[in-house]
This record gives sequence, C-alpha cells and structure tokens, in this order.
Amino acid sequence: MINLTIDGKEIQVPKGTMLLDACRQAGADIPTLCYDPDLRLAGSCRMCVVEAKGRPTLVASCVMPAENNMVIETESPDVVEARTVVLELLAARHKFECPTCESDGSCKLQDYMYRYGVKESRFDGEGPHFHTEDPNPFIIRDYDKCIMCTRCVRVCDEITGAQAINIEDRGHHAKIATPFDGKLADSTCVFCGQCVMVCPVGALTSRVAAGKGKPAQNEKVLTTCTYCGTGCTLELNVKDDKIVGVTSNRDAEWSPVNKGALCVKGRFGWDFVTSPERLTTPLIRENGELRPASWDEALDFAANKIKAIKEQNGPDSLAMFSSARATNEENYLAQKLMRAAIGSNNVDHCARL
Amino acid sequence: MANYKDIIYGLKDKRGGIIEAFHALQREYNYIPEEALEEAARAFGVSQAQAYGVATFYSYLSVKKRGKYIIRMCESAPCHVAGADEVIKAIESYLGIKIGETTADGKFTLELTECVGQCQATPVITVNSEPVFNVSAAQVPEILSAYK
Amino acid sequence: MAEEMRLLLEHADKIDPRIAEDYIKVGGYKGLEKARQMDRKNLIQEVKSSGLRGRGGAGFNAGMKWSFVPPAEVKYVVCNLDEGEPGTYKDRIICEKNAQALLEGMAICGTAIESKQGYIYCRGEYPFVVELLNKAIQSAKASGALGDFDIEVRMGAGAYVCGEETALIESIEGHRGEPRFKPPFPGVAGLWGVPTVVNNVETFAALPYIMTKGAEWYASIGAPKYPGTKVLTLTGDVNNPTYFEVPTNYNLRDVIYKLGGGIKNGKKFKAVQVGGTSGAFIPEQNLDTSIDFDSMGAIGAALGSGAVLVLDETRDIVDIVTRISKFFEHESCGKCNPCREGTFRCREIMEKINSGRATEADLNNILLLAKVMKRAALCGLGQAAPVPITSTIQHFGHEYRRKLLQYA
Repeated sequence: MINLTIDGKEIQVPKGTMLLDACRQAGADIPTLCYDPDLRLAGSCRMCVVEAKGRPTLVASCVMPAENNMVIETESPDVVEARTVVLELLAARHKFECPTCESDGSCKLQDYMYRYGVKESRFDGEGPHFHTEDPNPFIIRDYDKCIMCTRCVRVCDEITGAQAINIEDRGHHAKIATPFDGKLADSTCVFCGQCVMVCPVGALTSRVAAGKGKPAQNEKVLTTCTYCGTGCTLELNVKDDKIVGVTSNRDAEWSPVNKGALCVKGRFGWDFVTSPERLTTPLIRENGELRPASWDEALDFAANKIKAIKEQNGPDSLAMFSSARATNEENYLAQKLMRAAIGSNNVDHCARL
Repeated sequence: MANYKDIIYGLKDKRGGIIEAFHALQREYNYIPEEALEEAARAFGVSQAQAYGVATFYSYLSVKKRGKYIIRMCESAPCHVAGADEVIKAIESYLGIKIGETTADGKFTLELTECVGQCQATPVITVNSEPVFNVSAAQVPEILSAYK
Repeated sequence: MAEEMRLLLEHADKIDPRIAEDYIKVGGYKGLEKARQMDRKNLIQEVKSSGLRGRGGAGFNAGMKWSFVPPAEVKYVVCNLDEGEPGTYKDRIICEKNAQALLEGMAICGTAIESKQGYIYCRGEYPFVVELLNKAIQSAKASGALGDFDIEVRMGAGAYVCGEETALIESIEGHRGEPRFKPPFPGVAGLWGVPTVVNNVETFAALPYIMTKGAEWYASIGAPKYPGTKVLTLTGDVNNPTYFEVPTNYNLRDVIYKLGGGIKNGKKFKAVQVGGTSGAFIPEQNLDTSIDFDSMGAIGAALGSGAVLVLDETRDIVDIVTRISKFFEHESCGKCNPCREGTFRCREIMEKINSGRATEADLNNILLLAKVMKRAALCGLGQAAPVPITSTIQHFGHEYRRKLLQYA
C-alpha cells in the first residue's frame, strides 16, 4: 500500500493507483477534460494538474501513479492559476453559442469556467476558424467548439473499432479529421455516435435530436433498445411526453450490457416510436385488402391457418424464421413452439443470412 | 516511375516503418498520393485515419501535390538574423509565388522550414533537401536558374 | 585558457568516418573490446564514475540512466540524432568527422545493458548523414568490430518535438511524434514497450574515449560536475561562425571573443543565446560564466545543445524573440493544451508587442502564460518555449517597453 497526504488528509491506496483516483478518494473534486475511465490515458488537457510538494512542475494526476510520502495540494493558488489559464486558452479557441448549443448545461468547459470564475479570456486573439461542413444525417461536427481532448478519436479506435478519425496536422492547426479530411460518410465511420457520447463540449452533437430539447434539460427514461436482442440500455430523452433524443447512461449498474455504447439505430433511429406510419393494430388481409383486427382475432386467425396447413401438408411444410431483434429467450420459445407444438425442425434465423 | 506498391512493400518488413515508406514515396513523387497512403496503411497494419494523421504531422511530408523542386527557406533565428526575410522576398518575386505555393509549370514549390542544421553558412535554403549556403537576395535568380 | 580540446573531433578530416579500418588505425573499437571483457556492473559503474552526463540537454548521468534498465529479453539502444535546436549542428559534425565513434559508443551501451539492437534516429533534414551512417555501419559490421550488435538508421521527417525522447520513440514506431507522459520512463518501457536507453550522439561518441583512457581521466577534464568536452556551434554576429570542441569549464566570454573572434564589424555585444532557440538570452554582465550545465543553470540559462547565437548591439531583441515564438508555434505537437494554445498565443502577443500594438497588460499576460506553460505543459518543448521570452523581458525589458503603445 502507498501512504500519501492529500489536502492535509493522510490516505492509503493500493500500489499503482493514479493520483487522480487517490485525490477523489480523499474527497477532492478534480476537473478533467481528456480523462475517460474507459479509454487509454492521454494526460493532455492538464486540467487535472495538482501540486506535489518538492516537484518543479505541476503533475497531471490522471497519469501520475501515487507514490509513498507524496504531499499533494489539489486547489493551491498555483493549481488554480494553471487551470484558469488552461480554461482561458480553451475559451479563446472556442465558439461560444451557449444559448443555442445542444450541450448547454452538460458542457464541461462551461462547468469549469463557472467553477473557476472565468468570464473572459486574457488570450483572446484569432478565434476558431475550422467551419466544418459535414451534412451527414446523424452527427453535427463543429470543430470551432472542439477543445482537442481526443476522446472521440480514442473511443472510435478503442471501443467501436471503426478508426474513422484521427488528428490531422499538428500544433494549433491540429484538428480531428477523417483521412484526407473528408466526410464521415466516406470514411469507415459507422455512425454509432460514441464520439457524441464522450465529447465533453458541443463539438459533436446529434443532428437527429438537434433543436428538440437540450439533453441537460430533458427528462431521462432508461429503457432497453428493441432493435436487436443485445439488450442495450438506452437513455430516452423525454420532453412533454415525447421522445426527443437518445443519450447514453455509462454507469455499468444501469447500463450493464453496453455501458452507454450504442449503434446507429439505437442512438439515432428512435423517430419510429411516434411515427404516424407506425401500425397500431394487427392487420388481416381479406380479398387483397388489409383491415384492422384485434390481437385476439389476429392470433386466432394465424393459429387456425397454421393448424390447417399442418393437417393438410404435414408439419415439415411449415418453417419458423425468427429474428435477431428478439431476445435469446424469445428465440428459444420460437424454436420450442416449432419443435414441440408444430413438430418440425425447420427453424432458422435472420442472422444466418 | 516506380509503382507505389513496390515502394511500399519493399519496406514492409521494417517494423513501424510507415514513415520510411512515406519518405520513399516522396523521393519518387515529391508527395504522398492518396492511393499510396491507403496502401501504406494496409501494408503497415494501421487505419487510414492513423496513416493520414502521421503523414500530416511531419512538416517534410505532404499529402498535396508539389513541384519538381521543393525549395525550403530556413527562417530560424540564426538565418533570421542573417537576412532570411530578404531572401524569402527575393525567391517569392523571382518565382511569382507565395510560401506554400507551386509555380504554374509545376517546377518549384516554396516552403518555409525551421533550422536545417547548416548554421555555419547562414542564410540557408535547401532544394530537394540539398543545402545551398550563404544565400543572398541578389544571388537568388542565379541559384534557381540552375534547376531545369 | 582559450584553446580547443579535441577529443571526439581529434581526427576530424584525417580519417574517413565511413570506413571502420580508418578509425581502427587511430585506436578505434579498443573501448568496445575492453567493455566486452568487463563485467556488466563494472562497466556501468565505470561510465557512472566518469561523470559523463547527457549531452542532449537534460544532463542526466549516463551510467546512472543505464543502471535503471530492468532485465528483459529484448532491449534497445537508441541514438538521438534529431538535433532540431536552431543554431545546432554539432551532432552532424560528429557524424561527418567521427561516425565510427558513435557506433562504437552505442555498442558499448549495448554491452552494458545487454542489448543487441540499436537505432539511430536521424532528422529528416540530414539525408546525406543517413547515407553516411549506413555506409559506416556496413563497414563496421564487415570489419567485425560491432560483433553481433546491429544498428539501423531511421529518418525523422521535420518535427523538432521528436528530439524529446518519448516523441522520438513514437516516431520510430511509425506514429505521430507526440511525447508520452512519464512514468513509465523509456529505460523501463520505451521502444515497443521494452527497456530502451536513449542518448544523444555526443554522449555515445564520448564513450570509446572513456573506456580507453579511463573514467578517472575523463572525470578530470573540464567542470568537475559536468566533465568532458562539449562541441559548440557558434552563429550570429561573430567573426568566426563555426564549431569548436572545448572542455566544459570553458568560459562563455572566451567562446565569443577568443574562439569566435569577437563581434563582427567592430560592433558591441548585446546578448547571447546558449543552448538553442529554447535557451535563455544572456546579457553582458553574465558572460564570465563557465559553459557547463550547472554554471549555466545558475544564471538562469542552459547549456542545452551547445548552440551559441551571438547578437550585436544593433539587433532588435523583441523582433528576434517574435521570430522564435513563431518557431515554437510551428513545432508544438499540439497534444497538450498549455503548449498547443500557449505557443500560439505567445506568438500572437509577441507580434502585437513587436508591431507596437501592445500594452503593459499584454506583457503581464504573456508572463502569466509563460509561467503556466513552464509548470503545466506535458513535455520539455512546452516548458522551455517561453524561456526566450521571459529571459529577454528580464534582461532587456526596456526594449519591450519601448515598443508598448503608451510609449509610441
């Protein structure tokens, strides 16, 4: 075990613990922008810097292992000064559209500027000028708001595995880009929107949900995605009893299957829920025309037809074709229905196609 | 011209050698063509986005077409105090292009560079990485006319 | 004392650096032979007690660095030949005059840490040095002098930051040259994640002489705490802008007036920047300082790469520092916020000052920014980038104030 002092408190942590975790364990609220517990460490935003007694520079707590006898100050004047200057530097490159920004209220830059009282930047000069245009249907990319935390690059590489984006150029010209700075649609992007999930500011937002309600103000309802049998947890954004978006709940307790990760359908394909084209009752085709029916009537109708076919042509004249959208349990019941009730092994599944 | 695939696959066994491959491609084409970058990414087992990130990081690599002769003007402090500014102006006016541009005939591309490590003879320019020493503004036409 | 002391450059222009036999004729590869006969621990101890400290800038005891390398199946010896500090070309000179000593030094290090593979990372600006080194390696391998130690040359591609050891490693691995956070240090987890010793050309090239002439002999040369010789490259307003090898206790004033032949055109001295473009500017009153690492540190400067840029009385310091701030803006890798944004804003504010549009507030802002960059940037580039600014505001503040708006 490692013994160290954080803000006057003596604490003990296992060897290998990063200072960030040790500080949080000691009750210190350490700001972070590039840090993400599910991603490879970057150590680049320098917001998590703390003062370690006897060291000539401040240390980035997210990448510095705790050492015996360290004496750490997490909000010393030097630390506050460094964080304030970093925020002012980011503010000088950030396009402030807070009133109309989707991330208003869930923006880390906003939160930290508030916390450290950064009202304006002493380093204002040339402002943001990337003016990214990418008219894909799902993700709005506005790099004039980007703070270069690279969480999107890492999540795309490490969690989704699409590797669609990286950093282009270097220094102050560095920007997140697809190969040859093209459109996402022309890259290996699968529009899962994990980049939107991890973006700490408003640089990456959902185009599908844009203007319908700021995520920070929407009511959140956890549910299970119905698109496939994986069972991902969705965080429905609800406003005036309508779904206006889907966000991620990354807490493993609430989102045990996917920890917030979703696919394009789960994150962006929720408009069908209230679509006027959606069926509201079963339909039975009579004389080439579909007519609404009750569930009881429709199920009886189907059961009778199946029985009739079985009697006339034998059980193997029927087949069950089930769906990846159903759960394992439902697929199990489907094959059981086929084998036990109908008596055929003709069972297949769309995932084999 | 050598096939870009031959160039890339000749270096494929160099671990992490994508930058070496980019150099080799540039020796042939003076820049890294898009399809060559994509092939290099495949050969070295990295994503195209990563290969593009590498190619745009280094100032000697370019993913944009350049001229036959790449002139680099050093503007670091020792060359700066030796009069690099006047030399840049002289090159710009002689070629009729600005920094970062290529002449209409595709012959010269003009770039700025930081120190090229030939500070015993400032100001220095390089033409396709060959240094030219003690360059004065007046000598610019004579120096550049030697490149056909 | 105003003489050069040529150790690494003793046989300059008398032997062909590409040919191992030339080098062997003047006593080459004897050091490696001796190293191979020694116990590994004693070898490291010998290098440690010679007092040899890194010639790349950080000044860490070389033997000490090697002693941290843990046991591992594969380890690497990496030579940093990325010298990107403007005004520096000493590593090129060492290669062009005595490349075999570099190869021998790397093999000595390989013997000490039990590594069979070396890499030389040569800056992209030196394709002719790459060619020279490849021939030198071929010759040394053919002569049998290197034994089973292999050396491969890899080429940089125009990125000053790759002189930082972890960025250099990233670059050899074929990545963007962005520095890694430390720990882990390269000695423990470096190239491809295995223990790696990274030293500068000049550090490696000194090793054969330490081995043949003894640690005690080497420790007695120059400044006791930073012994040996140092190759300096002199640029700017001096009569004799060339390279010199001097003992490390050599006096800075003598570098300029004796070796450099004094200020050009009979003008007066104004300032000297030592250690490359990230070094501090030193005024007249501090000229009587020994050039060694610690003495330079004591006056708020750094020996760094050994570049010496001399400015005469007519030079506009603010203009030159503005140009330097552009260098750092161009060379920042962009990974960490203080450096990516800081170098950009430093350049902006310096241009504002230089063009007479700034106020006292801008001066305060750039000093604040400099302080945070020094303390919070991820690597040495961002930490050192503001040094030319702060050192000139300290010593030549009147030149800045003269350009502020209220005085215009």
